Amino acid sequence: MKLLDYIQEQRKKREILLMTHIVVGYPNLTQSLELVDAMVEAGVDLMELQIPFSEPIADGPVILHANQEALKGGVRVDDCFEFAEKVAKRHPIPFLFMSYYNVLFRRGIERFVTRAAAAGVVGAIVPDCPPEEADDYVMAMRRKQLAPVFIFSPSTPDARLAKIGAAGDGFVYAVARKGVTGSDTEFSDDLAGYLARCRRATSLPLAVGFGLRARKDVSFLRGKADIAVVGTESLRLLKSGGVSAVGRFLSDLRG
Amino acid sequence: MTHKPGYYSQFGGAFIPEILAATFEELCAAFEGAKADPTFWAEYERLMRSYSCRPTPITFAENLTRHFGGPRIYVKREDLNHTGAHKANNVMGQGLLVRRMGKRRVIAETGAGQHGVATATMAAKFGFECTIYMGEVDVERQRPNVFWMERLGAKVVPVTEGSRTLKDAINEAFRDWVSNMDTTHYVLGTACGPHPFPEMVAWFQSIIGSEARRQILEEAGQLPKRVYACVGGGSNAMGIFSGFFDEPGVELVGVEAGGLGLKTGQHAARLSGGDASVGVAQGYRTYFLQDEDGQMRETHSVAAGLDYVGVSPILSHYKDNGRVRFESATDAEVVEALALTVKKEGLIPALESSHAFAQAFKEAPSLGSDQVLLINQSGRGDKDIFTVADAFDDPAWKDFIKRKAAHYEAP
Repeated sequence: MKLLDYIQEQRKKREILLMTHIVVGYPNLTQSLELVDAMVEAGVDLMELQIPFSEPIADGPVILHANQEALKGGVRVDDCFEFAEKVAKRHPIPFLFMSYYNVLFRRGIERFVTRAAAAGVVGAIVPDCPPEEADDYVMAMRRKQLAPVFIFSPSTPDARLAKIGAAGDGFVYAVARKGVTGSDTEFSDDLAGYLARCRRATSLPLAVGFGLRARKDVSFLRGKADIAVVGTESLRLLKSGGVSAVGRFLSDLRG
Repeated sequence: MTHKPGYYSQFGGAFIPEILAATFEELCAAFEGAKADPTFWAEYERLMRSYSCRPTPITFAENLTRHFGGPRIYVKREDLNHTGAHKANNVMGQGLLVRRMGKRRVIAETGAGQHGVATATMAAKFGFECTIYMGEVDVERQRPNVFWMERLGAKVVPVTEGSRTLKDAINEAFRDWVSNMDTTHYVLGTACGPHPFPEMVAWFQSIIGSEARRQILEEAGQLPKRVYACVGGGSNAMGIFSGFFDEPGVELVGVEAGGLGLKTGQHAARLSGGDASVGVAQGYRTYFLQDEDGQMRETHSVAAGLDYVGVSPILSHYKDNGRVRFESATDAEVVEALALTVKKEGLIPALESSHAFAQAFKEAPSLGSDQVLLINQSGRGDKDIFTVADAFDDPAWKDFIKRKAAHYEAP
């Protein structure tokens, strides 16, 4: 299944798709699996599986902490591949890996991508790998027909948006604001203007994330983006109310 | 030496989140502008002359020379900088750059606390707002520096995630920066991180090497046979080595933290041991102490400023091409070298700098008396009084601390 085809197909059925995120192995592998099951059950359209890394510089305190707890629990990169393989077999939705460049680099980009493809993963998001540093990664991904997903930010000038759009595949992840994951985002005219700039820069679908936590946030994105991304809020709910709270929250997000 | 900007053979680069791309572009432009503007360097030298005792002298260590009976030993006195270490060179230079960019707030990471104190000092002088990130473990180890940073008006944020040392402070500084880059400059403290930091920090620190080359020719009448510098991130080493890279007869020796010994795993030897491998983290590619999955490992050194998982990409390049030889000194060797230097010369090198002394002392007996050694005393050791007193197990000091504590606890 090619990621772009899937997204375009789904978008014919729904105005906005939902992508969620988990840190593999947090709080442990068993609960990670329950969480994926509950998320799919709640109707999410695609998912990010974050492979924990000891130096997650783009993540805020909640996801940072989850990375560290997962590593403390002994989760290895091989466990993440096995986990991805298991959930990809169980569920019909696309799964992407999210991690930092060193996790790929250390294994060998080619080996990493080959293993990811074998596990049934369809793409990857690597927030510390800008297009300038991504030649090996993009080539390896394209050879295996996996989608390298790149990132737009509000401070990215138009010409660079176009360049990033051209480098990637599947969709582009537009971060809604400055900062790290998990802080509040103002869903405002400024954001709408930025998303319109993103739209003009690429024909790829747009996913918007960073700070989405309520039904009104998702409503705001209708017509302006293709995919709403919920990351930190699920983790917060998992902590306070367990897997079932996450499921209820996600089922309710699109009204 | 580079095949693409910011690369030193395979090392360096700029692996940064997209949100910082525009900020780095602005920083690169400001740095290039400063380099091309001769008045910038002149202003930098003037500032360092009037504010930080530059040029710092070299000192002939006559008694150590006699003690080892070999080469003449000279010491470059970066400890005489204002705030007590070479860190001031980089920080004041970046301060001028911040003013040029029109930003009003600075943030920094610190390990030993020297870079934090230097940054807080610069911020006070230039009128910038200042936040310093420091691992919780280091806050404990370097309380006096925390005290001064706060007096200087900086906000000190203890970092409680990860290994709670320098690398975690760097991560937190990046997290602050991606939220506040419009007003804020990140004063990275060493020749690491994404381009242009390694080059920029090495450029400001090159003031050490250009002075040292001139001074050693004047004082000793010849170039040194070997130059020793400790290597944490690598900025003081890059600084002093830069005066001698073009002299093939000068051997450059970088000394890393051997901790409890290379075989114990409790060290921070990235270039001199066999435990490190090439990776990409904290925005750049270099040798890291990491496991097979690419997770960073815990490091250890008696010197807070040396226990970092990565190292300057420029030094990794010089490791691979053989221009710099890398060695390590253990905690025990370092404390011994410190004690000897204090006693023989009345110099108090920082525990970090004492690594360079320790390696020089190991090698001095095998060199002839017609030869010259140069050691970079990158910082002064007064700040280490708690750690050093513990290492010496000084009973009078312990009694003093007990009495002091009792005094604070008294109603």
